[in-house]
Amino acid sequence: MRLIRTKAAFAAAALAFSLAACGEAGNDDEGKDLEGKEDAAASFEDGTRMKELAEAGSVTIGHKTDQPGVGFLAAGDDAPTGFDIEIAKILAAELGIDSADIKWVETISDNREPFLKEGENGKVDLVLASYSITDERRAEVGQAGPYMETGQQLLVKSDSDIDDVADVKGKEVCSVTGSTSLEQIEAQGAKPVGFEAYSDCVEKVLDGTVEAMTTDGTILMGYAAQNEGELKVVGEEFSEERIGVGYSLNNPEMCQFINDTLEKAFEDGSWEEAFTSTLGKSGVETPEPPAVDECPAA
Amino acid sequence: MEAVLDNIGLVGWAFAHTVLLFLFSGVLSLLLGTFLVALRVGPVVVLQRAAATYVTVVRNTPLLIILMFFQFAAPKLGVTFNFIDVQWGEVSMTSFFGAAVVSLSLYTSTFVCEALRSGVNSVPLGQAEAARAIGLSFGGVMSQVVLPQAYRASVPPLASVQIALLKNTTVAGVFGVMEALARMRILTNNFTGQKIGIFLAFAIVFVVLVEVLSFLASRLERRWRIA
Repeated sequence: MRLIRTKAAFAAAALAFSLAACGEAGNDDEGKDLEGKEDAAASFEDGTRMKELAEAGSVTIGHKTDQPGVGFLAAGDDAPTGFDIEIAKILAAELGIDSADIKWVETISDNREPFLKEGENGKVDLVLASYSITDERRAEVGQAGPYMETGQQLLVKSDSDIDDVADVKGKEVCSVTGSTSLEQIEAQGAKPVGFEAYSDCVEKVLDGTVEAMTTDGTILMGYAAQNEGELKVVGEEFSEERIGVGYSLNNPEMCQFINDTLEKAFEDGSWEEAFTSTLGKSGVETPEPPAVDECPAA
Repeated sequence: MEAVLDNIGLVGWAFAHTVLLFLFSGVLSLLLGTFLVALRVGPVVVLQRAAATYVTVVRNTPLLIILMFFQFAAPKLGVTFNFIDVQWGEVSMTSFFGAAVVSLSLYTSTFVCEALRSGVNSVPLGQAEAARAIGLSFGGVMSQVVLPQAYRASVPPLASVQIALLKNTTVAGVFGVMEALARMRILTNNFTGQKIGIFLAFAIVFVVLVEVLSFLASRLERRWRIA
């Protein structure tokens, strides 16, 4: 019996190893760290959340970890990388907080609102996690911005005949379980196939189980660049996603601060720099910065 | 709750996937589990060891890893389920459904095997000896004498195993099957304000499904009880 057990343990270990080997190697888009603005605390009015944060010298920010170029945490790394992350650093710097002093917290699609609402000031202060602005969400939490506008496209194999969303009617299309992208492709007449992460869908496109995957064009560009020559992004954008910054409704004064900071970043070139150092690496031209929504009257 | 009622058709089709996953895997796991227990209690030592090793390895591996194996590793080894393509209403049974059924069946069959083995152990040895004495082969002893009594004794643990299987089908929701969990995630993503209601509605349907299953099991137990 002892021999059998030992063998079984080896077999299980071998299986675990073979699966671990499938994990993705990290990508190399490094962001640059920013230093907090001097005397930031003095520039805010007393009693505002910005003043509290500036005086505390630290801010907690929720982000994604599975979207290369947008919000990505490579295995073993301490700090995430991507466009969302760069924008978060700009916001923190305006609060007088060094990038090194930001507390990063992973948020998934399902817990972004609970994290903002939990506790007096929220478990996280801000959410920059490819957070699309919707009316339904704005009833629950605050969403400032947008700081990015993108739309859904398709990622297919390089030799695929699929040119447009009309070509995937009745075919299986992969995206993340429960995402808006998956629901929208279902509405376009495709059969939705849901996986845990976008990287899983890339695998399924590469091994030919599904012919296409879908989500925001910006995310797909990152994967096309990672698998150059094997994958391509096709089709017109068939949805409009406006990516914003989530904040707690307990602190409505945050909205104007976020919008002002974003507009400043649009003008002084730091927004463009954030784009070219992350998403721009896949060869996409830098788009025009979007116009921010007006803040709701406090 | 409103979100669920407004999308009741989609929710219904999602649960149809859940129930079909359960039915296919349930039947396959019972068949495979019976085969495994026959190997484990059979006279051939090599087969005994092989079945015992299979049960140990698969039962000790998390279900998630078995599904990952069939989704990501197996296609690289040339094992795919792309030949499966059945469309029934909004239910689509394709390679993802196939891979999920195979993973769930392989995983659950080990538990079925062990539940059945406890049933086999409860059959007095004299039964098998008497069956052999009247000239039945091993297959005859098992199918005519031992297994019918073993099944009867293992209805309660088998019911638990199948209830676990019913709930385990939700894992397929992140492996390409549009079942209850996948639909629930779409609804909670869309109707942020109604998250708790949506969770409750789905939980209630699962409670009802499990109750139906335990009711059937208790009826079967009563029917098969030796007077």
